[in-house]
Amino acid sequence: MAIEPRQPPSQLLPKLQRALGGSAGWSGFVIQLLFVAALAWIAYEIVANARANLQAQRITAGFGFMANTAGFDVNQYLIPYSNSDSYTRVFIVGLLNTLLVSVIGIFFATIIGFLVALGRLSPNWLLSRISGGYVELVRNLPLLFQILFWYLAVLAALPNPRQSISIFDSLFLSNRGLVIPKPIGEPGFEPFMFALLIAIVAAIVLWRYSRRALFESGRVIKVWPYALGLIVGLPLLVTLIFGAPVKFEVPVLKGFNFAGGSRVIPEFVALTLALATYTAAFIAEIVRAGILSVHKGQMEAGSSLGLQRGSVLRLIVIPQALRVILPPLTNQYLNLTKNSTLAVAIGYPDLVSVFAGTTLSQTGQAIEIIGITMGVYLLISLVTSAIMSFYGWRIGRSMG
Amino acid sequence: MKRVSLVLTLAVATGLSVQAASAQTLKTVKDRGMVSCGVGQGLPGFSSPDDKGNWTGLDVDVCRAIAAAIFNDPTKVKFVPLSAKDRFTALQSGEIDVLSRNTTWTLSRDTSLGANFTGVTYYDGQGFMVKKALKVNSALELNSASVCVQQGTTTEQNLADYFKGNNMKYEVIAFGTNDEAVKAYESGRCDVFTTDVSGLYADRLKLASPADHVVLPEVISKEPLGPMVRHGDDQWLDIVKWTLYAMVTAEELGITQKNADEMAKSDKPEMKRVFGTDGNLGEQLGLTKDWVSRIVKAVGNYGESFDRNVGAGSKLGIARGLNALWNKGGIQYAPPIR
Repeated sequence: MAIEPRQPPSQLLPKLQRALGGSAGWSGFVIQLLFVAALAWIAYEIVANARANLQAQRITAGFGFMANTAGFDVNQYLIPYSNSDSYTRVFIVGLLNTLLVSVIGIFFATIIGFLVALGRLSPNWLLSRISGGYVELVRNLPLLFQILFWYLAVLAALPNPRQSISIFDSLFLSNRGLVIPKPIGEPGFEPFMFALLIAIVAAIVLWRYSRRALFESGRVIKVWPYALGLIVGLPLLVTLIFGAPVKFEVPVLKGFNFAGGSRVIPEFVALTLALATYTAAFIAEIVRAGILSVHKGQMEAGSSLGLQRGSVLRLIVIPQALRVILPPLTNQYLNLTKNSTLAVAIGYPDLVSVFAGTTLSQTGQAIEIIGITMGVYLLISLVTSAIMSFYGWRIGRSMG
Repeated sequence: MKRVSLVLTLAVATGLSVQAASAQTLKTVKDRGMVSCGVGQGLPGFSSPDDKGNWTGLDVDVCRAIAAAIFNDPTKVKFVPLSAKDRFTALQSGEIDVLSRNTTWTLSRDTSLGANFTGVTYYDGQGFMVKKALKVNSALELNSASVCVQQGTTTEQNLADYFKGNNMKYEVIAFGTNDEAVKAYESGRCDVFTTDVSGLYADRLKLASPADHVVLPEVISKEPLGPMVRHGDDQWLDIVKWTLYAMVTAEELGITQKNADEMAKSDKPEMKRVFGTDGNLGEQLGLTKDWVSRIVKAVGNYGESFDRNVGAGSKLGIARGLNALWNKGGIQYAPPIR
């Protein structure tokens, strides 16, 4: 007997009702509407009230100040900056400093975090206890305290520039930071970079070819000697033809400080160190939890295939653990970025210090500046989460 | 630091209505029973708490004098310690009634910040402090030096102007609070610490061995320091302004903390006006007739307060200089009380 498929009843209206009003239906919808209206009214009142009162007190408002001359200096800038530039420029300088410390901090925090997690899971008793001790010590001390510790401890240990520790008379370490020779491009620079680029591309192609050969025919081709030869040899050859790619400007002590060369300021080192080690302790626990969440059988199966412990971790356990690790790892990345605002305590010129600090105080436009700063941190955080979500999505897809 | 600014900003956004709509600071203060006064975070001589937690200093005396004028009780002050970069937001938001925190009077602060200066408590100028061991005798020898400074001050801009004007290079490290800047200077991160000269003398006392540090002779800017109030309440502006002038006038007339009661009996017309035994000048301000004697009995005249806090009678030992009365070689001058 053939069963006629029954036409489902039209659900459009009930669906709409549920979507708009929840289980309560239309009355719920009205309540939601009222709630949103109340929120909008409160927001409007706040803005209108603030505007009226700023006008009444004749406090300057608006964003016109961004074009004014800043008139103060900053000791670390990734784009050219001088005190005759505008507040907009100061904003960008501060933002780049924040991004620099965040990106480098995240990079090191991830590496240290993974290493500590693996150390803690290692069968080696001493290694696992040291890793455990590290986690417990670092994550239980306030971050500001750690930043100040690194800053003051490192500074106190270092000599003044006149007695700086020199390495080969070209690297100088003192309480003004690490001064290193600055590479300056020579005529041979462009061909050198070009050769290096070609060598790297060729090495990647070679590696992909060997992978394909491995999967298709099981042939094992040793790639690394060729790749190394390419990457070292090609630029070397070009250098012999076109001359040295760079000349190094060696720093010399002149007056109070070193002239010439590039300098890594101690504030940056202390902040990066503190942020990386602190966040690494949390990342280590997240990674450990992720690895332990993978069933023990996976590890045993890997071992029974004859893979070494490292290979089992790399090829079997960690890819599966990443699903568990990624969301809390994203949180830690966001925390690190936001924690970088503690920079102001040690005089590192990040966004909060130069923009929400000095600029705010000079212009007095608290609402605009705090608004912009909050917006920027929100944007940085959202972009970081988006990148991590995308990465998670790719991993999920590759594992099917 | 960020959280403080955030809270203050929210307060600006939402809380101003109360302040600006009524704009009756005197009434607000009386209802509260306290003057809320923004001061520094510990600058000896100007505003710092002693070992019992009592605030003392020249800036603090201004707050106490205002409280004495209103309540006849110099202890009715709530002190709010503020960093340089948070101070204006605190005033704008109404968290404090008056900012008495060695703040330099400039045009832009008088206008776009929405606040007014009420006078000058201390004529200062920016200077430099270095370690004696560096054997520097002049600020012009500071080319390529590293300089520690507190951020959010006129100091930062003067510094940039001075080095640029003299074609010298320098590295600036700006800290959120004065103490952090001083600590970094002491640890050797900087060759130079810069702030107003009075501040240099005060901060030098906090160093482990003050004798190893020297203040250079150059004064590179004009820094008239004084209290600030919000725009929009002229009565309150007058009260703060004339409280200062009362202290200066008292010194000029020789009225001191000790002899105030004695002098109040004087028959001189000028004395009668000042002490309110004749006329109602104090009431015109919204205060009482005996406002001047209340102020002087609480904190003394300007000269007494100066000596006790920063001058000869204090650890700082700063000479009166520009801060002497106009008829004694300085420029402290009060309009007549009449």
